[in-house]
Amino acid sequence: MVSWTGLLAQILAIALALALAPLLMGWVNQWRAWLQNRRAPSLLQPYRTLHKLFHKESVLAENASPLFRIAPYIVFGCMALACGIAPTLSTDLPLAPAADAIALVGLFALARVFISLAAMDVGTAFGSLGARREMLIGFLAEPALLMVLFSASLITQSTSLARIVETLAHQSFAIYPSLAVAGVAFTFVSLAENARVPVDNPATHLELTMIHEALILEYSGRHLALIEWAAALKLFAYSCIGLALFFPWGVAEAGTPLAILFAIPALVLKLAVGGVLLAVIETINAKMRLFRVPEFLATAFLLAVIALLVHVLLGA
Amino acid sequence: MESLLAQTINLFAVALLVLAFAMIAQRRILTLIHLYTLQGAALVAATLVVAHLTGQHHLYGSAILTFVLKVVLIPVMLHRVIDRLNVRWDVETLFNIPTTMLIGIVLVIVAFNLAAPIASLSASIARGTLGIALACMLLSFLMMIVRAKAVPQVIGFLSMENGLFFAATAATAGMPMIVELGIAFDVLVGILILGVFMFQIREQFDSLDIRHLERLKED
Repeated sequence: MVSWTGLLAQILAIALALALAPLLMGWVNQWRAWLQNRRAPSLLQPYRTLHKLFHKESVLAENASPLFRIAPYIVFGCMALACGIAPTLSTDLPLAPAADAIALVGLFALARVFISLAAMDVGTAFGSLGARREMLIGFLAEPALLMVLFSASLITQSTSLARIVETLAHQSFAIYPSLAVAGVAFTFVSLAENARVPVDNPATHLELTMIHEALILEYSGRHLALIEWAAALKLFAYSCIGLALFFPWGVAEAGTPLAILFAIPALVLKLAVGGVLLAVIETINAKMRLFRVPEFLATAFLLAVIALLVHVLLGA
Repeated sequence: MESLLAQTINLFAVALLVLAFAMIAQRRILTLIHLYTLQGAALVAATLVVAHLTGQHHLYGSAILTFVLKVVLIPVMLHRVIDRLNVRWDVETLFNIPTTMLIGIVLVIVAFNLAAPIASLSASIARGTLGIALACMLLSFLMMIVRAKAVPQVIGFLSMENGLFFAATAATAGMPMIVELGIAFDVLVGILILGVFMFQIREQFDSLDIRHLERLKED
């Protein structure tokens, strides 16, 4: 039975994600620029970029197949759905039973497969290079992400994100060493998955080092806008999953519509702090060589496994 | 409040374990020393919390001893040694880190299984962390085995002593003060002698690679 408040919270959560995701991107970029002694672009720059791209003509390669055209929509849909499933504002979400944490990882994988196929579709060298790199990172990051989600699931006895948040946020405060380790692992994974600095530089178009940019090189106009927006949504979704697992306070429970009003400022505040931390991480780290990335992600996987083992040993 | 403090012991124990893994994964000697210092600090913090919770005052003494020795004195000495050996920016490249870390995970599982029956016999508040202490020791062993250079081996040895000390704090109420003092001075003398050894090895072979020691005769 879907309650009206649940439906409202769901729509609000997705709308907020769509609206705030570019802002989060702009916020991170702004802090990155400040920390690196550069003049920062406006906070609204990502919106302007999206606006510009949506009004431009989309140019397709002559041999582009229909897959190339539909991939941006699939990627965007996946990310929007992921934002809807992650309990950002309320745990009473009609969409939440549709996908638990494991299916959520599958959703990210689906988007990755389509964007990689589309990158290889046109047959340019850069596209397939980017696709291969993306798959290399993806296949190493996914098991680590699953292990992180499992260590939270072990504590709360559920793989549904909404249930995890409910259990973590509404019991008496306790220190979970396993969650602390899993949090570090999750940070590693989200840096890799969102093409942030130690793995990929989001600000570069330098051919030899790029991963994400190489994938989307052939896209233009509204397709590119959708993909850029989807990238912002992905960052937003990952931030929200991280906040849900490790800082679940402030999320509204089922049946308390007014708590959503407090959940919004709490979410914005948490995201703002998280964005600054991301900018700091990106500033103090140098981009690593591509062949070091497996080592980086192996470390993430290892930390997540340690988190599981520690939970088994300590029961906390 | 008390239960939260008891939980921080687990947190520090996990920090020790993660730092032990970080040491295995770390190639740079300088960072290795920083990690060792951090591990010492985590050990001091864990000991202080145990001392506070159990009201055993001699544990404060050993916490202070640990702090002076493992957070201040030994790191300073190690910094001076690597300065004088001129290996401050040395990077080891010869071993496969992901494989080593996988072996590390197996070691952790073994240690946790080994410690479980022992821990159930103990009545200490930090008994659950005995497995972690054992895992730290085994990981430091592993580090001593896989490293080819002298300085990381010494750091592995020192970090093994950290694990041992933590095991003593976690499983029992800490070792008697006289034993602790003895071990502390052993470690101190040990690192002095190993420091001299490192200079000698370099003098003889023009490198700190201990694989040169495997050949007993000149060809």
